[in-house]
Amino acid sequence: MSAPEVYNIAQVPITSHAFNANRSEVCVSLNSNEAQILGKQGSEWVAKETLSEHDKIITSIDWAPNSNRIVTASQDRNAYVWSQAPDPLTGQMIWKPTLVLLRINRAATYVRWSPNEDKFAVASGARAIAICSFDPESDWWVSKQLKKPIRSTVLSVDWHPNNVLLAAGSADMKARVFSAYIKDVDKKPQASVWGEKLPFNTVCGEYSSSSGGWVHAVGFSPSGDVLAFASHDSSITIVYPGAPAVITIKSMTLPYTTLVWTSEDSLVAAGHDCQPILFQGSETTGWKAVGSLDDTTAPKSSGGGRQSAVGRLNSAAFNTFRNADTRGQTSLPGMPGAGSGGESELMTVHQNTISTIRAHAGAPSQVTKVSTSGADGNLVIWTTNAVSGLVGRMSGLRM
Amino acid sequence: MSNVLKNYLAAVRATLTAALTLQDFSSQVVERHNFPEVEVRGSKEVLLNALTISRNENERVFIEPSINSIRLSIKIKQADEIERILCHKFTRFMMGRAESFVVLRRKPIPGYDISFLITNTHSETMLKHKVVDFIIQFMEDVDKEISEMKLSLNARARTVAESYLSMFGS
Repeated sequence: MSAPEVYNIAQVPITSHAFNANRSEVCVSLNSNEAQILGKQGSEWVAKETLSEHDKIITSIDWAPNSNRIVTASQDRNAYVWSQAPDPLTGQMIWKPTLVLLRINRAATYVRWSPNEDKFAVASGARAIAICSFDPESDWWVSKQLKKPIRSTVLSVDWHPNNVLLAAGSADMKARVFSAYIKDVDKKPQASVWGEKLPFNTVCGEYSSSSGGWVHAVGFSPSGDVLAFASHDSSITIVYPGAPAVITIKSMTLPYTTLVWTSEDSLVAAGHDCQPILFQGSETTGWKAVGSLDDTTAPKSSGGGRQSAVGRLNSAAFNTFRNADTRGQTSLPGMPGAGSGGESELMTVHQNTISTIRAHAGAPSQVTKVSTSGADGNLVIWTTNAVSGLVGRMSGLRM
Repeated sequence: MSNVLKNYLAAVRATLTAALTLQDFSSQVVERHNFPEVEVRGSKEVLLNALTISRNENERVFIEPSINSIRLSIKIKQADEIERILCHKFTRFMMGRAESFVVLRRKPIPGYDISFLITNTHSETMLKHKVVDFIIQFMEDVDKEISEMKLSLNARARTVAESYLSMFGS
């Protein structure tokens, strides 16, 4: 079991991260209105350039691997496409922004390039998704909006590999599959399990989360024939539109906020539990959680009884008995007290919610490494086959 | 008695941990604003069902979760008039200094003695489990604090009365 590579980027949350094609640079937004491009030097990530054009928090970043363009979305209702161009004065390559006419009047929450990199989708709080394509005449990106039947903020989107279909998860407890077909850009898509005729804004599927939770993350499987979404009721739902079959995996843990498919029959989800969990299964066998990529069996730091400052008698023995009597708390060594707050570290690698998980290495149908970033400012690269059983993990989980 | 308190705190801890699954969420109602949704209640779909955890009729905790903030209100045990006065003074003292406590609300919601408002910013800048620990420890300590204040008040009253009455004895 190889240990994950942990990089502490900052002490503030990383709202989003995106690697370039050869994984030598990463673009992160550190909970601010600026995005930073970091380059790897030895075992550290060093800031190379800052992308500052937004004036509110950047919510999402995506880096197109082939055309080497970055798109950033922000709560200031704007998105920018950044491409590298030589500086007219010095001749150095710098990142230049291009305006995107989003025509949304609320925050942009999520952005993803389409597989062919000729379009991107911006989810927003305006109950709409803007599908943007480039207009060479005016040198900007124009958008067309998917509006019906979205009833609330769209929290995440994901593209189908055929470059036309788009999955969206929103705060109205639904995951939907839309057609984002744009006449000038796309060729007519082949019929798939999602439908045959796909004009713009066709709703190919609408799925509710099992107990009514906001849909935090959506993802198409590598073939595009299966949809998975994670919702706030701590469940992951796998949709097979062909059968049709909907499989719900309910879990005892805190909700997952992000997921990525690692092969046609496995996916990794992470979220408020601070550890990535591998799920495996298929339409016939059903799905289940296989285990955590994180090794949470690290020895607990010895808690040490909290000393109360209040009271006149402050001897240790007195405190022990008083705690047992008045607070129902046993601070005897080796007894994990329900109310003890001794250790300040979680036993997971991430110390706070994981906000983004992305495929890092391997083909889409066989992802070998995934990268995660979270509210603790850590960027971690995990090996997806480094999983052991879940049974030992559960005992280490503290609810 | 002590076991009941343990279960009560365990229930609060579990609920609070589950409720503290917050994320950044910009307002859907007002452009370019970012409010705690639990306070403005502008969009119904981002509010979750509120929950009351009650130990007995005098002690309860009210937790209102939403997508980017939770509000937690505590009704502190007040058995008699002295405890009521002490509790009022104590919470007023705390809420007058709400900035120093970061997650404390300046006013309690009606029917409760003290309220906390935890937003996604707090859960990002502070370790989440430590916020939970803080609330639980506050709940543990506030009862103890008030009963100790009551004891010392009674002790002082007795001393005062004794020294006052001793003047007449001699």
